[in-house]
Amino acid sequence: MTTPVYPMTRATGCPFDPPPKLRELQEEAPLVKVDVFGKAAWLVTRYDDQRTLLADPRLSSDVTKPGYPSPTGEPPRKDGVGIGFILMDDPEHARLRRMVTAPFMIKRIEAMRPGIQKLVDSLIDDLLAGPNPVDLVEAFALPVPSLVNCQLLGVPYAEHDFFQQNSKMLIKMSATPEERAAAHGNLASYLDNLVGEKLENPGDDLLSGLTERVKTGELTRQDAAGMGVLLLLAGHETTANMIALGTLALLEHPEQLAVLQETDDPKVVAGAVEELLRYLNITHSGRRRAVLENLELHGQVIKAGDGIIFPNDIGNRDPSVFEDPDTLDLHRDARRHVAFGFGVHQCLGQPLARLELQVVYSTLYRRIPTLRRAAPLDEIPFKHDGAVYGVYSLPVTW
Amino acid sequence: MKIIVDQDKCVASGQCVTAAADVFDQRDEDGIVVLLTDNPPDDLAADVHQAAAVCPALAILVED
Repeated sequence: MTTPVYPMTRATGCPFDPPPKLRELQEEAPLVKVDVFGKAAWLVTRYDDQRTLLADPRLSSDVTKPGYPSPTGEPPRKDGVGIGFILMDDPEHARLRRMVTAPFMIKRIEAMRPGIQKLVDSLIDDLLAGPNPVDLVEAFALPVPSLVNCQLLGVPYAEHDFFQQNSKMLIKMSATPEERAAAHGNLASYLDNLVGEKLENPGDDLLSGLTERVKTGELTRQDAAGMGVLLLLAGHETTANMIALGTLALLEHPEQLAVLQETDDPKVVAGAVEELLRYLNITHSGRRRAVLENLELHGQVIKAGDGIIFPNDIGNRDPSVFEDPDTLDLHRDARRHVAFGFGVHQCLGQPLARLELQVVYSTLYRRIPTLRRAAPLDEIPFKHDGAVYGVYSLPVTW
Repeated sequence: MKIIVDQDKCVASGQCVTAAADVFDQRDEDGIVVLLTDNPPDDLAADVHQAAAVCPALAILVED
């Protein structure tokens, strides 16, 4: 077999399915060497193998370790603002992560539900009063997580516009690299100022919690602002893409859309969110690790200094775990999916992401039951090139 | 049924609370797992096993 090249492309006309080559490898070569920008790395495609290895401390998330598979082909760096603990290993990773876990506790996230419901309702009011057709990404999918992040971090209301404009610029398709860098700089210095203000006048938000750590000397002010940027970036485009791509997937599966339109059972809604997370698995670039010690899988030795990629999109379509995996079935129990990753680096913001999606999916299609696409499916621009999968725009009407 | 949790391994994902809120809770200061009972009634067995299965840090051990 010739060495497969990663990343792989999706099949034409199947925008919700992982690349067919991944399915082929999962069946025939569950551990295989692939070519990633001219360098070799292992590709692990089965669900059980992915979970086992992602929880193995012999694998490192440190991008500077030998073998770490670069997602861009460029030499990996970790000096960027806001990179932080996601690219570190324990014990330093655990020390820093535990400083921001409290705001994501289930009961504290659940307490945000009424506020998020109000925010989503008000954005739908605006949608209904505004132009029709409209781009759902711009008018709804991006503002939801942006405004929720404001609430979480403690960004004052008057600064929401500034915050939203700059967050949006970071992921706009037409933005130049200079515009993106400028927006990133604006947000980093904004958060640095905000940390300064919270040091003086702490509130009940995440950044204020971090300023306590600055006061005790556990974190520098720069670290605190950097964590703010990290959380902001991690929770923005991901959630927005799940809202827009999830809506598109539901519009293409009307019988599934009807499940959400007809229920007021929070359990059904929560289950639907898990299935959409599994089915869409928007983090389509694969989790990446460097190998610190030799280990064995399927009779082959993976050596220290090798790199490994875990494409969770195909892990979530493993037929040995999820029956009929390519079918979107909102009634299935999909809670074991690995869309948020697995192991100690699993997404920190997942309770908040779940809550936002539960509120959105249980509200949008009930309040606008005639919602439909306003452009042919083959004209919708998908983020094939993005680090996170989704749609750049989604024209809708009602 | 006997449950053991490892607070050092726990990464505070809170998924055990979502799966079995009568058995697992989180510490206020950092969201780390707190066991409410180490021997819950049998009708919670499925939820407890679900909690252990979705724990990303493998911090929950269930002995039947």
